[in-house]
Amino acid sequence: MLVEIGHFALVLALAIALIQSTIPIWGSRTGDERLMAVAGPAAIAQFGFVALSFAALTQAYVLSDFSLLNVWANSHSDQPLLYRYTSVWGNHEGSMLLWVLILAMFGALLAAFSGNLPKSLKANVLAVQSWISLAFLAFILFTSNPFERINPPPFEGQDLNPILQDIGLAIHPPLLYFGYVGFSVAFSFAAAALIEGRIDAAWARWVRPWVLTAWIFLTLGISMGSYWAYYELGWGGFWFWDPVENASFMPWLSGTALLHSAIVMEKRNALKVWTILLAILTFSLSLLGTFLVRSGVLTSVHAFATDPTRGVFILAILVAFIGGALALYAWRAPLLKQGGLFAPISREGALVFNNLFLSAACAAVFIGTLYPLALEALTGEKISVGAPFFNMTFGPLMIPLLIAVPFGPLLAWKRGDLLGAAQRLLAVAALTFAVVLVTWWLTYGGPVLAALGVGLGIWGMLGAIAEPAMRIKLFRAPLGDSLRRAIGLPRSAWGTAMAHFGVGMTVLGVVAVSAWQTENILVMKPGDTTEIAGYDIHFNALQERRGPNFDEQFATFTVGRDGIPVAMLSPTKRNYRARGMPTTETAILTLATRQIYMALGDPQQSGGIAVRIYDKPLVVLIWLGTVVMVIGGLASLSDRRYRVGAPKPARGVAAPAE
Amino acid sequence: MIGTAGGVLAVAAGLILFALTDQIVFFNSPTDLVEKSIPPGQRIRLGGLVKDGSVVRGQGSAVEFVVTDTNRDVKVIYDGILPDLFREGQGVVTEGAVGTDGQFRADTVLAKHDETYMPKEVADALKKQGVWRHDDPDAAKPQ
Repeated sequence: MLVEIGHFALVLALAIALIQSTIPIWGSRTGDERLMAVAGPAAIAQFGFVALSFAALTQAYVLSDFSLLNVWANSHSDQPLLYRYTSVWGNHEGSMLLWVLILAMFGALLAAFSGNLPKSLKANVLAVQSWISLAFLAFILFTSNPFERINPPPFEGQDLNPILQDIGLAIHPPLLYFGYVGFSVAFSFAAAALIEGRIDAAWARWVRPWVLTAWIFLTLGISMGSYWAYYELGWGGFWFWDPVENASFMPWLSGTALLHSAIVMEKRNALKVWTILLAILTFSLSLLGTFLVRSGVLTSVHAFATDPTRGVFILAILVAFIGGALALYAWRAPLLKQGGLFAPISREGALVFNNLFLSAACAAVFIGTLYPLALEALTGEKISVGAPFFNMTFGPLMIPLLIAVPFGPLLAWKRGDLLGAAQRLLAVAALTFAVVLVTWWLTYGGPVLAALGVGLGIWGMLGAIAEPAMRIKLFRAPLGDSLRRAIGLPRSAWGTAMAHFGVGMTVLGVVAVSAWQTENILVMKPGDTTEIAGYDIHFNALQERRGPNFDEQFATFTVGRDGIPVAMLSPTKRNYRARGMPTTETAILTLATRQIYMALGDPQQSGGIAVRIYDKPLVVLIWLGTVVMVIGGLASLSDRRYRVGAPKPARGVAAPAE
Repeated sequence: MIGTAGGVLAVAAGLILFALTDQIVFFNSPTDLVEKSIPPGQRIRLGGLVKDGSVVRGQGSAVEFVVTDTNRDVKVIYDGILPDLFREGQGVVTEGAVGTDGQFRADTVLAKHDETYMPKEVADALKKQGVWRHDDPDAAKPQ
C-alpha cells in the first residue's frame, strides 16, 4: 500500500514540477506577482512528495518487501539493517531517486532561504531548477521506476552487491550527489540571469554560498570514494584515473574555478560572463558525470549494471540542458556588460590565473576521458587512456598553479605588487628549500622529483599560513595582540588559508605515497614472519567464521617493531552466500600518517596463502588534506557576509546591467 | 593577459596531443595479438574470456592463465593478486606487454565489480567471433 503511495507521490511531484517550471516564468514575463509566487510553495511541495516517495521505498527495503523488483534484486532478509537502508541507493533506480530527492531539496531550500532575492529572479531560478527535476522525474517514471512489482513475490532477495556492503559506500553516493546536484543551483541562477538579461555583483553574493556548499560536499564525496576504493578494492590505490572517478573530478575542477571567479565578480563586478559560463559548465559536467556512470558507455572499475535505453534518455537530457543553456548563453551573454578593469598583476589577475589552469586541467581530464569513446565511434579502434596520460597532462598543469597559490592572497585588488609578495614569501621559500634538501639527503639515491614534489606540498602548506600569519603580525607583535587580530580576521580569510593548506597536504601525501611506498607480495604460512619498512609481521593463524550474510576466512597477523607487538591486523576473504561472490576485506594499521595495508590473496597448494602487504608513508595526508579543505570551506561559509539568508546588504538589489 | 591565456592553452593542447600519441594503450583480442605483429615491450590491453581449466595458481604469487576469444588463445603471466571476480569462463581485461621471449606478461588484471558484468570491449570482441550470446534480461527474474 505504502509502495503505491510512494509511486503516486512521485507522479504528483512530476505534475508539480510541470507547474513550477512554467507558471512562475510566465509570471515574470508578464510581471504578474501572483504567478511568480507559485514557485516557492511549489518547490516545497515538490520536495515533500519526492521525500514521501523516497520514504516509501526505504520502508520497503527495511521491511524486505520482495514483491518490489528493486528490493528483490538488491536486498536480502539476512542483510544487516544499516545495509538495508543503504541498499536503497545501491542500485540504479534508487540512486536516481536519491538524485532527484536532493535536487528537490535544494529547490525547497532555495525557496525557503531566498527571501532577499528580487521576486522575478527567484521565480526564474526556481523555474529553471524545476526543469531539471521535471526531466529527471520523467526519466525515473518512464525508464527506471523503483516501484515496479513482481507477481508472485519471491521468498528471498538477491542481496546487495557485496562490494557495496560497506560503511564507506553508505555515505559516499549521498555526499557525491549533494555535490553534483548542489551545482544545479548555480546553473539555475546562471540560466535565470541570462533569461532576465541582467546580472551584477549581488548575483555572485547570492550564488557563492550555494557553490561553496556543493563544493564542500563534492570534495568530501570524492575523498570518501577514493578512500573506499583504497580499502575495499584491495589494490591499495587511491586514485585510478578511472572514467567514473574523472566524471566526479571534472565538476570539482570547474566548480573550484567557479568558486574563485565568483569572488572576483562579487568584489570587483568583473568576469561576469565567464562566471556565468563556468556555472553552466560545472553543472553540465555534473550531468555528464551522471550520464557516464549511469549509461555504461565507458568501461570502468566502478560501472555497475547498466542499460542502454536509459543511456539514451540521459543523453537526451544532457543534450537538451547543456545545448539549451549554451545556446541561451550565446544569445544573451552579449547583453551582460563587463565592468571592473584590473592590471594583470593583481588579486583578480591571480584568480584568473587559477581559473585558466583549472579549466585547462579540466579540459585535459575531459579529453582523456572521452577520447576513447570518440575514437571508437569514429574509427572502431579501441584504446584505453590511463594514468600515464593524466600524469603527463594534469601534472604539469597543476605545478604552476600550486606554485602560484601562495601569491594570490598577498596581491592587492586592482593592482598588486608581485615583487613585494615575493619578498614576503622569502622565508617560506627558504624553509621549503631546506625541506627539499633534507628530503633529498634522507632519500639519497631515490627519485629527485619526489624531493621537489615534497617541496611543492610544503610550499603550499607554508604559503597558505603565511598570509594570515602576516596579517596577525605573528612573532612581530606580542602574542596577545596577534591573538586579538586573529579573532578579528574575517572567517573567509581563515577559510582560504585552510583550504590552500589542505591542498598542500594532499599534494604532499600523493607525492610521498607515489615515490616511497613499498610493496611485499609473498606466500605465508601460519607461523611465518616477514618484514616491511622496519616492522615485522608475524602470521598467527588462518580461521573460518560465519557472518550474517557471508562466510569468511580471516587471518590474524601481529605487527611488531623490534620484537615488541604494536598491533593486530586481520585481513579477511569473504564469500557472500546469496550471490556466491567473494570480496577481499583489507586490514589497515594507521601509525600517525603512515599506513600498513594488508590484503589476502589465493590459498596455495602448498598450504599457505598469498599475502599482499604495503607500507604507505604519509598516505593519510591525502584524505586529511581534503578534510582540511572542507573545514576551510565551512569556515568561509560561516562568514556572516555570505550566510544564506543574511540581512539584505545595502546594495543587494539586482540593478540592471550598467 | 590574453597572451598568457593563449600560452597556457597552447601548452595544455600540446601536452594533451603529445600524451595522446604516446601514452594511450590499444585494446586487442587474442586474435589481434596473434595476427598483428605487436613489437615486444609495447603496452597493450588484452581482453577475452579466461579459458576453462587454464588457470594455474597457488604456485607462489605468480598466476598463469589463458585468455581466449575462442578463435585464438594467449597465455598470460601475472605476478600479483587476482581481483575477487576473476574466474574461469568469465570476461577479463589485462594490461601489459609481450616480452622478448614472446610471453605476454600482465601487470594489471581488471575484472569488474558485478559478477554479471562483461567489459564492453570483451563483449564486442566476442561478438566479432560470433560466440556472444546476448543474455535475456528477463532470465534473471524469478518466474
